[in-house]
Amino acid sequence: MPGKLKAKIVAGRHLPVMDRASDLTDAFVEVKFGNTTFKTDVYPKSLNPQWNSEWFKFEVDDEDLQDEPLQITVLDHDTYSANDAIGKVYIDIDPLLCTEAASIISGWFPIYDTIHGIRGEINVLVKVELFNDLNRFRQSSCGVKFFCTTSIPRGYRAATVHGFLEELVVNEDPEYQWIDRIRTPRASNEARQRLISLMSGELQRKIGLKVLEMGGNAVVGYLQCFDLEGESGLVVRAIGTACSLEKLSSGSILNTHTHPNTAPASNACNSPSKDGKEPVFGEDLPSSSGPPTPFRALPTSSSPPPPFSPSKPCSRQSSSSDTDLSLTPKTEESVRRRPGIFLCPSSPILSADTLSLPGSGSVGCGLGSVPRATTPHPPSFTYSDSALLRKSVSFTEDLLLAASGMGSGGSAGKEAGPLKTLLRQQTQTALEQREFPFFTLTSFPPAFLLHVGGVVNARSVKLLDRIHNPDEPETRDAWWEEIRQEIKSHAKALGCHAVVGYSESTSICEEVCILSASGTAAILNPRYMREGCLDIGSTDHRFEEPSPPTCGFCHIPYDELNMPFPAQLTYCYHCRRQKVPDVLFTTIDLPAEAAVTGKGCLIQARLCRLKKKAQGEVNATAISNLLPFMEYELHTQLMNKLKLRSMNALFGLRIQISVGENMLLGLASATGVYLTALPAPGGIQIAGKTPGDPSNEQHLLTIQKRINEATAKNKELYQINPPKLFALDPEVFCGTNMELTEEGVGSPIPEPRQRSRLFRSHSESSDEISELDLSHGKKDAFVLEIDDTDAVEDIHSLLTDANPPRGFYSCNTETMPGIYNWTSGIQMFTSVRILRLNNTNLTNQGLNKIFTDLCENLLKSFYFKLRSMIPCCLCHLNFTVAVPEEELIQVAVTAVAMTFDKDQTQEKLAEKLIPKGGSDTDEQLQFPMELCADSSTINSQPSSKISGVPESTNISSRAASVDYGSFADRCSTWLELLRLKAHTIRRGSVKTISSLEHSSPLPDGRSRSLRSSRSFGGSTVTVVKMTPLSFLPGTRIIKYLGIINMFFIRETTSLREEGGVSGFLHSFIAEVFAMVRAHVAALGGNAVVSYSMQDCVLMENPNKNQAQCLINVSGDAVICVRESDQDSLASTTTIGHSCSSTTDVTT
Amino acid sequence: MSVELDVFVGNTTIMDEEVYQLWLDGYTVIDAVKVRREGGVLDECEANADVVLSDTMDQYRTFQMCERLLHSPPKLANQLLFQITPHRQTILIERYYAFDDAFVREVLGKKLSKGTKKDLDDISAKTTVTLKSCRRQFDNFKRVFKVVEELKGPLVENIRHHFLLSDKLAKDYAAIVFFANNRFETGKRKLQYLTFQDFAICAGQLINNWTVGAVGPDSFVDNMVEDMDVDLDKEFLQELKELKILITDKDLLDQHKSLVCTALRGKTKAFNEMEANFKNLSRGLVNIAAKLTNTKDVRDFFIDLVEKFIEPCRSDRWTAADMKLYLTHYTNSVHILDTFKHQVVWDRYMGVIKSCIFKMYHD
Repeated sequence: MPGKLKAKIVAGRHLPVMDRASDLTDAFVEVKFGNTTFKTDVYPKSLNPQWNSEWFKFEVDDEDLQDEPLQITVLDHDTYSANDAIGKVYIDIDPLLCTEAASIISGWFPIYDTIHGIRGEINVLVKVELFNDLNRFRQSSCGVKFFCTTSIPRGYRAATVHGFLEELVVNEDPEYQWIDRIRTPRASNEARQRLISLMSGELQRKIGLKVLEMGGNAVVGYLQCFDLEGESGLVVRAIGTACSLEKLSSGSILNTHTHPNTAPASNACNSPSKDGKEPVFGEDLPSSSGPPTPFRALPTSSSPPPPFSPSKPCSRQSSSSDTDLSLTPKTEESVRRRPGIFLCPSSPILSADTLSLPGSGSVGCGLGSVPRATTPHPPSFTYSDSALLRKSVSFTEDLLLAASGMGSGGSAGKEAGPLKTLLRQQTQTALEQREFPFFTLTSFPPAFLLHVGGVVNARSVKLLDRIHNPDEPETRDAWWEEIRQEIKSHAKALGCHAVVGYSESTSICEEVCILSASGTAAILNPRYMREGCLDIGSTDHRFEEPSPPTCGFCHIPYDELNMPFPAQLTYCYHCRRQKVPDVLFTTIDLPAEAAVTGKGCLIQARLCRLKKKAQGEVNATAISNLLPFMEYELHTQLMNKLKLRSMNALFGLRIQISVGENMLLGLASATGVYLTALPAPGGIQIAGKTPGDPSNEQHLLTIQKRINEATAKNKELYQINPPKLFALDPEVFCGTNMELTEEGVGSPIPEPRQRSRLFRSHSESSDEISELDLSHGKKDAFVLEIDDTDAVEDIHSLLTDANPPRGFYSCNTETMPGIYNWTSGIQMFTSVRILRLNNTNLTNQGLNKIFTDLCENLLKSFYFKLRSMIPCCLCHLNFTVAVPEEELIQVAVTAVAMTFDKDQTQEKLAEKLIPKGGSDTDEQLQFPMELCADSSTINSQPSSKISGVPESTNISSRAASVDYGSFADRCSTWLELLRLKAHTIRRGSVKTISSLEHSSPLPDGRSRSLRSSRSFGGSTVTVVKMTPLSFLPGTRIIKYLGIINMFFIRETTSLREEGGVSGFLHSFIAEVFAMVRAHVAALGGNAVVSYSMQDCVLMENPNKNQAQCLINVSGDAVICVRESDQDSLASTTTIGHSCSSTTDVTT
Repeated sequence: MSVELDVFVGNTTIMDEEVYQLWLDGYTVIDAVKVRREGGVLDECEANADVVLSDTMDQYRTFQMCERLLHSPPKLANQLLFQITPHRQTILIERYYAFDDAFVREVLGKKLSKGTKKDLDDISAKTTVTLKSCRRQFDNFKRVFKVVEELKGPLVENIRHHFLLSDKLAKDYAAIVFFANNRFETGKRKLQYLTFQDFAICAGQLINNWTVGAVGPDSFVDNMVEDMDVDLDKEFLQELKELKILITDKDLLDQHKSLVCTALRGKTKAFNEMEANFKNLSRGLVNIAAKLTNTKDVRDFFIDLVEKFIEPCRSDRWTAADMKLYLTHYTNSVHILDTFKHQVVWDRYMGVIKSCIFKMYHD
């Protein structure tokens, strides 16, 4: 009995009038956890009841503590008829289960009703007493910290990054159960909310178990999504990155066991690894005492083609059953699944994979019955060209084959599948699933990311079928497995062993589902992953000599003699030593240390494609036929727009394809920048298909002129003045002469080597689809050919994209490249717009125009609304498109506007550190030696880099400080750094302790509210800031209080009275914000970072005066304090100093 | 193609003060957009008409959702739905409870009932304040009236506390409540020249001097008497009858007159008129005092002041300074009358009358 949950109901306020006669309410409260329910007394005739109840105690398993929410229901007592429900509060107690997070939940929560919205507030206190559980067979994973933040959380250091985590649970959707026909909408909504709450609790616990199993103690970049598959059921899935985190600020305590490079030690004290938990593992894990493999050795590039073991394709299916805890009765599952056919001929890798199938055929689920011969993963479709690609795209085509019927038929007798096979596979899974070297992180500690290959993504169209057996999520698992394999092989094709900035998404319309995954192929520093060093070290000579952090990540990871696609390589414009591509696309944030010229900007490609309405497989086929063309067009648009802005790299690229009944929507968003290390992009050249026509020629000339003007204007706007020193004046840099001439030679001559075999197939496959090759063989300028009206439209749309008005910048990454001096003003917002297309006979072009205008107008609206914040930057602009119904286009945006100091003359590099939390950046480093090299670069900069001096002048000096600095120098810097670090730690610990006194909630709720009322001038409401970013400018996060993951349903049957759909959604979003803020405040926090709205599903029926909306949000609750001492590293700090900063806690 | 749904929600609620004012003034969204465009809003941030329309609709929705909270302003500070800075909250409340002088002049002293509410469209037409705005203002009056009606303690304080209004606005509302409660007649043609502020100051005087609460906090144990600032002090009104002696007793009247005239002689050009009219004027003022026990005559208090005193003086072309001089001596001379025993009541009465007439004596 490992936990005691205690709850106390203090008071209510602003309750609704439930008794019309007296205009009052006789309220009482039911507190429910699991199957236990307590009730308070009825507080008669008051809208502000004071229950001041006893402590209700629940004695429960920690497993339940993780899964279940505390459910508080406020009711109106009625003597004669049934008691009326006023509303409910669900409290997730997970944050209380982690010692480092919150210790008490106390505060005012909005009482929420799915029909009426917020109806008053209730003051609640919740505590948990957790007993130490030494049971090694336990099912819970208490203590594992969860972070939505996609970087190493501030104040922590990653001792080890273990790797990819994924899990999904499925269930029937209560909305589609037969009982839904007879119960009230309220009951149905509540059943659904509760189920999803349970499912996400379960999911989180399972993920936690996996973390423990891997030897980690935290999940970073946790992303949870819901797939509402309608009749087919409900899927909750999550991905994340397992890490071993060490807290930095309380150094004195942690010193005992957290030391750089001693991850196993910290690992040991985390919690018993759950090796022996299930017979499955006991039997098969090679050594239960050995540390779990965090990141399984990657196949080295010299290994033979099959990158994964033969049993792989079906191994995943059982992995979900190893943490098998399902909610509802099991039924048989059969999912129709059609074999995929790829657009391009299969490569040699195929055959190896195919071999694996016979063995797996008899196992588990519908998967087994599928002839896998045609479903392997190689980058079947790698279209590429020099200008285009750091990117490989592939499509899993679901084409109808003769075997298609087999899926459902063959799965009938599966349940009785031989247990032994299952067990064997489960173990294999346990080992093999770590073979996904994926990271959901988008920004990394310095020196973690070595090289970036480019964007990899994969999509697959599936037909949904009812999930007959919620306990066997294998089908969905297998789908994802397939896609992940594909992603992985793409990464390999780019010469990379890892995928960073990885994410997954779905788009569902009726029974068709598009699964998408994307990430950035990369090579990581092996030392962050134990055992990982082995394979990488032997592969690549590059690691012997670290590249400068400012440009190192741009250097190509693949073999230049054997490129996966035709690309134009040049020597790095920064260090002149390694080759770089001409364009770089990534899904990650711009590394903090990257050298950038000028500012960045948001770049979007938008696309609509009509499709015929169809059913089932025909529909799926039509969609999968359209997908490659959409990807291609989006890509072309991105490239054109990038060129038009004279930039050469995209960060934070997110391509979304959304499916509707009669159309597909594609939206690609990214932040364009000019990376100093990459060559300047060539211009855009217009060419006509029919030369000779004079009027046409004239027309072309005008367009060309407009494009040139736009390019020049953009250059000025984004301050892109790349250093031309190398090119113009080679004598100055005699040392680089050689390289320059080499560059002149152009791309190296391909020379067959042993390694080349591996990639041969990919280049071949890209040759096969040369009709999609954009390059036209011309590498310098980017040629746009105008051969029909479509092309003209395209160019017009290219030019109509408005730049943000003066004083505004926008990006979809964490921060704007080129802006460093943020001030504290922030405004997070969510905006939703739905357009109805009344015109029935629209063309693709017409639709494109409408869609583009919709996005552009949204941006314009933001600029206008936020004009009082100028100068400001819209950061993390996250657009989500959907086709909720036929003829409707929905765009939802969440972003944050942040003000900055117009005066950019301040020293750039010094400023750069401030938003990142000063000392944190350094302290996240694991390797003092490397750190020393890096920071000495940084330290040396201020002296040489006075504002106004062109960046290029000190490139050489920077390089020198890294590479040629004497060892003695390094040592001394290192020592100094250590000293400073110790300083910071000492100071930090003082700070944390004293701030705890301030921030830890007092046991008595009343005195607590008194405290806050004092600091907020008469109001009992704590100001809670929200941001989609991982930090708040001008503040330091001193504590992470746990993850916020909330799901709400709101329904109305009086749509008109609530101000139509706009009024309905407006108040619902405001209510969601309010509930998030209230939960954060109750945890003792004052901000939410990494906030995101995963889902916003709106269904309306204006004729019936009804609407329903589902919203899912998540984020990290934190306490942050104003950063009072910015130059923390430089100044000698005193305790007095730190005390003064803690007084900011409550401000 | 049409916009089906368009919302923008900020974590900190975004409110444009200009749009708020347009909303308060009862403009429709379309009209508000027109006003904003004419105001040059399109020049800001390269906006276009759609953007302004969308923004205006968003803001209007926000205000509508806030309106419920504004009905009991203390809720605004404690509610969780909108995160609004305290400074903004103050502005929201203050503006919401602000009113048009033209409108309030029309309903001042009227019963805040459904009947009056039905006449709002006439008032709207007359004052060119939009009907929507009229309704808001009327409902505000009524709401404040209803809340303070049942409260004990000082009126202005109660209003300020329950509606979080500024001192100035709380005093204005106190005047409105006071007028509505005593149903003072303000609508007669002869009173048309008076502004709301004239009446508000008079009301302040009456509240501070003639009500139950005016006797001073010391006279009540807990300073908590219902309606203490709203109802006139009945005892005092009764005592006012005693002042009649000043006009009924001929000796006293003559004595009073000669004292005043002596003091005024040579100090003003209107001396002759003052001397000639003294008895008339004095009778007017004392009669008003004597009649105040009668509710009907309380209602006519201001019209009586104008008819019996202000108009005669005005026809004699007294200046404001003349008026001041006259009333000062008129009041003070009574102190010298040994036979007159009601000095305290006289001072309490004339103190208010003096300030009211000073305020009301203008064109």
